[in-house]
Amino acid sequence: MTPQDPSRILLCAEGLLIRRGGTPVLDISRLDVLNSEVLALIGPNGAGKSTLLLTLAGLLKPSGGRFLFGDRQITDPFAYRRRVAMVFQEPLLFDATVFDNVASGLKIRGMGSAEIKHTVLGTLDRFGIVHLDRRSARKLSGGEAQRTSLARAFVTKPEIIFLDEPFSALDPPTREGLIGDLEKILSETRTTAVIATHDQTEALRLADRMAVMNGGRIAQIGPVAEVMNHPADGFVASFVGVETVLAGRVVKVSDGVFTATIEGGQEIEAVGSVLPGALVLCCIRPEHITITTHSGHTKTSARNVFPGKIRKVTPLGLFHRIQVDCGFDLAAYVTGQSLDELSLEEGKEVTTSFKATAVHVIPRQSPPPM
Amino acid sequence: MDLILEGIKKAFSLIFTLDAEVLGITLLSLKVSGLATLISLFIGISVGTAVALTRFPGRQFVVSLINTGMGLPPVVVGLFVTIFLWRNGPLGFLEILYTPTAIILAQAVIATPIVTGITLAAIQHLPANLRLQILALGATRFQMVWILVKEAHLPLLAAVMAGFGGVISEVGASIMVGGNIKGYSRVLTTATVMETSRGNFDVAIALGIILMLLSFLVNALLTQIQQRERPR
Repeated sequence: MTPQDPSRILLCAEGLLIRRGGTPVLDISRLDVLNSEVLALIGPNGAGKSTLLLTLAGLLKPSGGRFLFGDRQITDPFAYRRRVAMVFQEPLLFDATVFDNVASGLKIRGMGSAEIKHTVLGTLDRFGIVHLDRRSARKLSGGEAQRTSLARAFVTKPEIIFLDEPFSALDPPTREGLIGDLEKILSETRTTAVIATHDQTEALRLADRMAVMNGGRIAQIGPVAEVMNHPADGFVASFVGVETVLAGRVVKVSDGVFTATIEGGQEIEAVGSVLPGALVLCCIRPEHITITTHSGHTKTSARNVFPGKIRKVTPLGLFHRIQVDCGFDLAAYVTGQSLDELSLEEGKEVTTSFKATAVHVIPRQSPPPM
Repeated sequence: MDLILEGIKKAFSLIFTLDAEVLGITLLSLKVSGLATLISLFIGISVGTAVALTRFPGRQFVVSLINTGMGLPPVVVGLFVTIFLWRNGPLGFLEILYTPTAIILAQAVIATPIVTGITLAAIQHLPANLRLQILALGATRFQMVWILVKEAHLPLLAAVMAGFGGVISEVGASIMVGGNIKGYSRVLTTATVMETSRGNFDVAIALGIILMLLSFLVNALLTQIQQRERPR
């Protein structure tokens, strides 16, 4: 974890510990949330994302740890909660109109009704739901309800907004529209946001930095591109979409390029500063792998070329995932058009290739498990 | 059969001529059961909400007690309230035995566990994260509880119906602690028992019809509110 510029840190959590039944479910040595950034917490179910979010939002008291908001330690969670906001996976709207729902945080703060009206209508407009102001919250669609929930959180002008998988219950087109609007509003208002999600595409669209969580700990945190392209370990690699992770041993190093033998005895060339004999994990993202059907005839600058046979074709919406048996398994993504043009199907002989620079190398401490 | 028809005729004549005694009994019943329900709502909603929102050792036992209390036999309540209010009893100094106040007290004891139990279930059935969402909106603990109770208002209407329905039709406790004194502590149920035992079936039927009408009207009104606001 790279140290942050202290002047940019808005919220700092140190030594956070939460135990349930004696087992730690959250164990964070340090987490900084920077001013005006969008930080995505990603990880599988049960990784501790929601627990961390609730703790950061002042809704769950940790058994240990301290928070600094700005440069002051948070001692009064109630006062802190009035400066932040939280949106949950379910909209959790009150049995009232859209207007009254969005106004609730302001009423709680004792704002006058004229000011509430002005503020709420402005926020409803920003979220594209001003026409629904008199509608009962019970009669809203899933997308409208979550928009109302987001508007209710933003209307209080929070210094940090915590979002706990706010789009996961929505259908894809609704989700797409809402993510686009949230992206715009976050960038316009420069609101600091922490969003928990298990969907890396959400994180890619919204976040400046990403923290990958596993077992209540932060496995890696950094700028999104850095985490996606340079995962710190095998878990992070598999979680951020690196579908091929090969364990190997470095056998040759020359001019910044090394060769590693992997399981099955094949050799992979990659870029990195490692010593001969080092144990490594070679991570290759599926979008970095090229598939051709004419072995030996296609010229490529890629250093790694492996013939193989297609083991499985899985449609994934816009893409197809092609699993190729090259003596080891390689996963690649191709478009539907490429699938048709190359007549890719199970059992077909193909050639896979990827550049040495496409291989992300993670040093290993122990030999790969067999 | 004639007895019933005669009874019904007499009943309607007593109702439509606004017979002073029947009217007095009806108004007293409404007042006594209405006040008892109000008291039970105040205590029941407070206790039910508190138990729903807190965790403490022995909570399961308390919840079981509340659920058992929802089916308290009115005669047993009448017995214990009588003992408490008896001249030498712990509350004997109040000197309210055989008064409408004693009936209110006994009926409140019957209705409170019903309202508490329904409130407890209603608050517990709200979404688990709603409490956190309200706190996240900046609410104080008091504001949070108030908003939760408002959110549970539909099932709480059922609590009002069950509480009122339970006490307006109850006879055992009312007769024991109220004494069925004419023009003073006589309510619809106690009067019905008395008139039946005297063989005045026409008056008893009239009182029975009024009791059912009252119960129906109050419940119809509350049902109307509940169904109008029910999520569609």
